[in-house]
Amino acid sequence: MIMEIVAEKKPKNDERKAVRVSGAEALILSLEHEGVTTIFGYPGGAIMPVYDALFDHQENIHHILMRHEQGAVHAAQGFARASGRVGVVFATSGPGATNLITGIADAMIDSTPVVCITGNVFSPLLGTDAFQETDVVGISMPVTKWNHQVTSAEEIPDAIAKAFYIAKSGRPGPVLVDITKDAQVNEFDFSYKTCEGIRSYHPVPALDNDKLKEAADLINKAKRPFVLFGQGIILSHAENELKAFIEKTGIPAAWTLLGLSALPTNHPLNVGMLGMHGNYGPNFLSNESDVVIAVGMRFDDRVTGKVSEYLNNSKVIHMDIDPSEINKIIHADVPVLGDAKESLSALTALVNENSHEEWIQRFRDCDKKEHEKVIKNELFPTAGVLTMGEVIRIMSENAKSDAIIVTDVGQHQMVTSRYSKFVKSKSSITSGGLGTMGFCLPAAIGARFGAPERQVIGVIGDGGFQMTIQELGTIFQTDIELKILILNNHYLGMVRQWQQLFFDKRYSATEMVNPDFQTIARGYGIESKKIEKREDLESGIKEFLNFKGSYLLEVVVGKENNVFPMVPAGCSVAEIRLE
Amino acid sequence: MNEEYTISVFSENHVGVLHRITTIFTRRGINIESITVSESEIHGIHRFNIVVSSTEVLMEKVVKQIEKQIEVLRAFFYPLDKIIYQEIALYKLPVEAVQNGTSIEHIIRNNHARILTVEKDFLVVEKTGHKQETQALFDELKPYGVLEFVRSGRVALSKSPQRFKDYLDAPELGKRNTDEEVRELAENN
Repeated sequence: MIMEIVAEKKPKNDERKAVRVSGAEALILSLEHEGVTTIFGYPGGAIMPVYDALFDHQENIHHILMRHEQGAVHAAQGFARASGRVGVVFATSGPGATNLITGIADAMIDSTPVVCITGNVFSPLLGTDAFQETDVVGISMPVTKWNHQVTSAEEIPDAIAKAFYIAKSGRPGPVLVDITKDAQVNEFDFSYKTCEGIRSYHPVPALDNDKLKEAADLINKAKRPFVLFGQGIILSHAENELKAFIEKTGIPAAWTLLGLSALPTNHPLNVGMLGMHGNYGPNFLSNESDVVIAVGMRFDDRVTGKVSEYLNNSKVIHMDIDPSEINKIIHADVPVLGDAKESLSALTALVNENSHEEWIQRFRDCDKKEHEKVIKNELFPTAGVLTMGEVIRIMSENAKSDAIIVTDVGQHQMVTSRYSKFVKSKSSITSGGLGTMGFCLPAAIGARFGAPERQVIGVIGDGGFQMTIQELGTIFQTDIELKILILNNHYLGMVRQWQQLFFDKRYSATEMVNPDFQTIARGYGIESKKIEKREDLESGIKEFLNFKGSYLLEVVVGKENNVFPMVPAGCSVAEIRLE
Repeated sequence: MNEEYTISVFSENHVGVLHRITTIFTRRGINIESITVSESEIHGIHRFNIVVSSTEVLMEKVVKQIEKQIEVLRAFFYPLDKIIYQEIALYKLPVEAVQNGTSIEHIIRNNHARILTVEKDFLVVEKTGHKQETQALFDELKPYGVLEFVRSGRVALSKSPQRFKDYLDAPELGKRNTDEEVRELAENN
């Protein structure tokens, strides 16, 4: 059923033939022109005409009634990240609009294309403190790529066309269009034209061949080159180009949290995860590289550690579509602006075939050390409390090979990212930059609609689960099949880990006294089980994954287990700790 | 070391652009010393002049963030020696100030100021110049009882031979590409 509803629909050709319709009807027609088939939203007074117009279009547009507007944006994000299309959100004015902000901020920092449509009060009432009136354009301005208020029906088609163009072009991001109620109800002669350009906006910088040559020269001479890639690879569909580039040059490649799954886990040149809880080798050896090729990543502080002690011996080639990322954190010796797909394929043509066996051996040696000190005990413990690592290992071994794993924020997120195995791109969806607890459950719902043919597994901590737990209602109502794996350590684990390591074990406000999750799941008609013993784990996970329908599996893991390796905040990546 | 920089922004004349630009400064804790906005030589394109005290490194980043805004066509930043700039100040004085001898006349003459209007109770003096100059006149007039004083934000033009229209006519140039170009522009302008 879902398959039918969200099946890819080609945008209609521009039809300039005008028809007389209300602004609300024009909005829905505009969305249809943009190929929208799925909307996540929540109705309310100021957007009622839009919902009324939607009523006549239910065959083409599937509206998913979320349980909170924040959930609607996260679902739209999950949809966008799983499908590569634009996620669409409806919300009403006032609290509906302000509830969107966390999700919009998350989409902004993680470059996710989302179009939010909010209703607002009649335009003469703007600024009068009318019921449910708020300045959503003002509030959302710092966290949107673009936003705009529409006060007349005639403006709607152009505003929507522009919104979609801006959201998905260049470095994607969230946009918000606020439509006053009079603009929704007034009638005008509708016609639609997709946006093909804006004179003040140049989403894709032109490739600079001189820079590419400079980059190629550096790469050809490099002894210890190192590729760092981020979500830019996924956003520009450059997975094959990345692979071709590293295979030709023989350069080891490490990923940021959001770059995860752009390169298969088992690729011989995939040396693992960057960042605070990334792998030992990629962190420790960063500062030994002589040339770094950073593609579609932004040198987040969780990746760089102490910036003044990061890549001091390397020449940095920074490839990004967004000029403002160049020299923002790390000086780029050779900036290469442009779309990653285009840049990488042009660069691959200029570089020599090469191999760096000795250098790669260094990563393998580091892996061995990490395996001995951390991974072995985390993934294959034989006694004691259950570890998050073994749960994720068994989950990953038994999940479908192209399963989408959605995570929340915290220890479980790091463990899942470290130990899940991926073969297909767009398989990991998580909140990276903003670190939004509560992201997983609604984002997993969105991913389910974005990629209905794929298995979707949400891995959540007991804390984050309760931040958007209301979205169980959305699962119930839409009757989708979603696997929810709760790793319950009865703590806000990541904060507790920091308290243990850096605050003398003073566990201030991190212990969670949790409800019975099975009872809650039952209330929503969701199958559920709790596992506390190692001998029940594998069979429990198999049952969970093979079940037809949604299933909530709670696994009770060690209360005071920690995630290692770890680059303590303010330390150099070379100071990464294994214990 | 902080230095005074003037940022020129060319943008579409749309609601909210000012807010978008100012939040870029707010977020980084940069105080705006003065700001002026008006239509440029091209109809429909507005020019902002923003004066801040900051560093070159930070200015480069801020200008790129400003250029990233969808409705901004281009943004540039200049140190003081790369621009021609003015401010305007108005001084309201009690009419008695001119009734006692000729000293006010001298002050106005020496400062190349002028009297805009003389009303029954007050007169308004106007002076354009740099901040030090308008401030100097204020200090001189102060003993005569300045009733009100206002100084505008800075208006500034770059010394560059390049016109903004050249950028606009060559959309293939796109927005600024690299930091080298930022530096080059700052240096050449």
